[in-house]
Amino acid sequence: MTRKSRRLWLVGGCLIGLGTATALTLSAFSSNIVFFMAPSQVHAHPPAADRTIRLGGMVVAGSVRQQKNGDTPVNQFNVTDGQDAVTVRYEGILPDLFREGQSVVAIGTVLADGSFRASEVLAKHDETYMPKEVAEALRRSGKWDPRYGKAPDAASWNAMTTSATGQDKAASQHGS
Amino acid sequence: MTPELGNFALALACCLAAGQAVLPMVGAQRRDPRLMALAPALAIGQLLALLYSFACLIHSAIQDDFSVQNVAANSAVAKPLLYKITGVWGNHEGSVLLWALILGLCGGAVALFGRDLPSALRARVIAVLGGVSAGFQLFCLTTSNPFDRVWPAPMDGQGMNPLLQDPGLAFHPPILYTGYVGFAVPFAFAVAALIEGRVDAAWGRWVRPWAVAAWCFLTCGIALGSWWSYYVLGWGGYWFWDPVENASLIPWLTGTALVHSAIVVEKREALKIWTVLLAIGTFSFSLSGTFLVRSGILNSVHAFANDPARGIFILGLLGLVIGGSLLLFAIRAPQLAAGGVFAPVSREGLLVLNNILLCSICAVVLTGTMYPPFMSLLFGKTISVGKPFFDATAAPMAIPLMAFMGLGPMMPWKRAQLWPVLRRLWWAGAVTVLAFAFAAWRVRDLLPLLAATGAVWVIASSITDIAERIRLFRIPVGASWQRARMLPRAALGAALAHAGVGVSVLGLAAMSQAQHRIVEVHIGQTEMLAGDSWTLTEVRAAPGPNYTALIATIEVRHDGHLVTVLHPAKRTFASQNQTTTEVAIHTNLMSDLYGVLGDRHDNGAETTYVLRLHYNPLAPWMWLGGLIMALGGVLSLSDRRMRVGAPRRAAAAGLVATS
Repeated sequence: MTRKSRRLWLVGGCLIGLGTATALTLSAFSSNIVFFMAPSQVHAHPPAADRTIRLGGMVVAGSVRQQKNGDTPVNQFNVTDGQDAVTVRYEGILPDLFREGQSVVAIGTVLADGSFRASEVLAKHDETYMPKEVAEALRRSGKWDPRYGKAPDAASWNAMTTSATGQDKAASQHGS
Repeated sequence: MTPELGNFALALACCLAAGQAVLPMVGAQRRDPRLMALAPALAIGQLLALLYSFACLIHSAIQDDFSVQNVAANSAVAKPLLYKITGVWGNHEGSVLLWALILGLCGGAVALFGRDLPSALRARVIAVLGGVSAGFQLFCLTTSNPFDRVWPAPMDGQGMNPLLQDPGLAFHPPILYTGYVGFAVPFAFAVAALIEGRVDAAWGRWVRPWAVAAWCFLTCGIALGSWWSYYVLGWGGYWFWDPVENASLIPWLTGTALVHSAIVVEKREALKIWTVLLAIGTFSFSLSGTFLVRSGILNSVHAFANDPARGIFILGLLGLVIGGSLLLFAIRAPQLAAGGVFAPVSREGLLVLNNILLCSICAVVLTGTMYPPFMSLLFGKTISVGKPFFDATAAPMAIPLMAFMGLGPMMPWKRAQLWPVLRRLWWAGAVTVLAFAFAAWRVRDLLPLLAATGAVWVIASSITDIAERIRLFRIPVGASWQRARMLPRAALGAALAHAGVGVSVLGLAAMSQAQHRIVEVHIGQTEMLAGDSWTLTEVRAAPGPNYTALIATIEVRHDGHLVTVLHPAKRTFASQNQTTTEVAIHTNLMSDLYGVLGDRHDNGAETTYVLRLHYNPLAPWMWLGGLIMALGGVLSLSDRRMRVGAPRRAAAAGLVATS
């Protein structure tokens, strides 16, 4: 084997390796990326039934219910961004830090009836910290500005007006 | 007084490190032996000052000196002594100091064990380490000082996150950090070689032990971290592909590539420029991993807002270290003499393939980790990339890697032929085909099936490699044993490390077949999972040192006889208003029975408890494999060829023998 063909082999090997990596990455990006959605976005543009999304918002106070499906416990609660609420069903143990009136992120799919079936519920945050994406969704909905202190109780949100939060930007055409 | 002494010692260490960065480097440029001889003394002085400083911080934590802000924020009187000590590195400031201390240890190790290096190279290596040390100690002193005082001192501290109150996590950071920081030594060797403009076989031989040592620690650290998340978080999962975990996996992948490519430098004087680049890259990924991802700068753009000085300082420092070394590489690399090009079918050819595949996997993991923060930074889109993405990208490339891993150690150097190698591996191939048939009967998914087959192939071919070398069953057993004792430790270590990869992958593949159930039961109720019956017999309350616990008793029976009694618990920490879940695990090394206690519900007269029950086949193998890999690394470190001075002594002995 000549020096040139050996070098060609080396370059070819690198190209095949990187090419495979790129092809796998691109194909995985087209199907495996999980988008974050707030409840109002879910209502405005419901995602396809097989599409996994991250739903984030505040747990509405007083909405948490436990049911039993055979021997399996099913948790049900509403998640709101202040404009709309989505009912989440989750089979499993809620995380230790799950609380009513606090932020939560649920990973799962939207069913035909508009409710959300979660495969995972994340609430690994304390009272002072909120997941960035939830804070962003709340801020966009005009219900809360992090600069003006702690988030108000989720139960009161649907009755709140945007001016009460100290934000000028009119937010809600969806009505509350 | 103690914190001030610690602060002073840290400042002293920083000054010594600055001297260590400049004086030996100047000495090496001017060929001044007196300046070069300063290097080891300064490195050891810096290490002593850092040790003293760290001891002061531990002392303050043990003494409950809440006038030190770091202790007040992370400790409490009621905390057990062990966690008062380990809590020192459980927070940002303390972990930066630990980081600096380990870097100081690396410098001290080069000063002590590098006596046989050429003096100019040693001076430059120690100087580069000193420069990096000085930067991070300055960072520690100016923006994250663990000795800052608070006035007035509170009566009691705020306590530590209860999740961190766990022996596994207490020792995980030092081991992981030693792995990360250990790659600073190959980095320093690479920069020193670039300054000298010379990389040769001897350089490869010097760099390899340091890379292997760091790799062993990083492997243990990753395995320990994964084990911790398995038994503490209570989700039955072991790897979540979150940015913090990926930050440790990325340098591990390039570090593994480095350990292999340095062999080619040593044996064939080829791949030199590439190896230098890998050494720089591995440490750069370690640095950015610890400081960008852990500090949350990449996860959340707002982290800058919390403390802009800290963020800007760390970005500047990373830019200086990474950018500076890459710039030096760009200027000097073309002047390094290129090595030979070699045949695709040969040991070095397969080592190149190993590097290509490992770096491709690394590129994929890096893309998956960096894509979401960049999308949110540039386009304001919030997306996340999780397990499905990494399963679809990294796993398919790991399978050819395992296929070639079996061939590599059997392949001769320079020019080899494929057929004789394959013929010697016939029984490993036969075992693999049998394993495939067995797995295809039990497992339906393609990926775990291929992974399990590949793992069996790697283990079987590693055994074949050793069996061939000692000519097992071809010559009398006693003669084989004699050959085994003469076998270079490096060969044994490599076979052991490869087998460890196989063991880990078998565990991972089997875990894809894990079963779990979430049930709500009353006391006395029995549930079935994976052929076992699980009965909740009792739930009682018990007080702990700084928490109260709810402890359940679950009896697991198989065909009527008792297998084990599990005691999962829930702890409530009053001071932080937090609860943690204590998982109960019974293992027989072939499978884990894993029980978690969930919520308690009172529906009228009946009280029910939510339980999560898991059956995890081969789960312990995942971490056992990591341990075997690290053991393989330690074994090959004990090879006398790996010791820097050894060749010269052997040559001297040879002279004596001939004379």
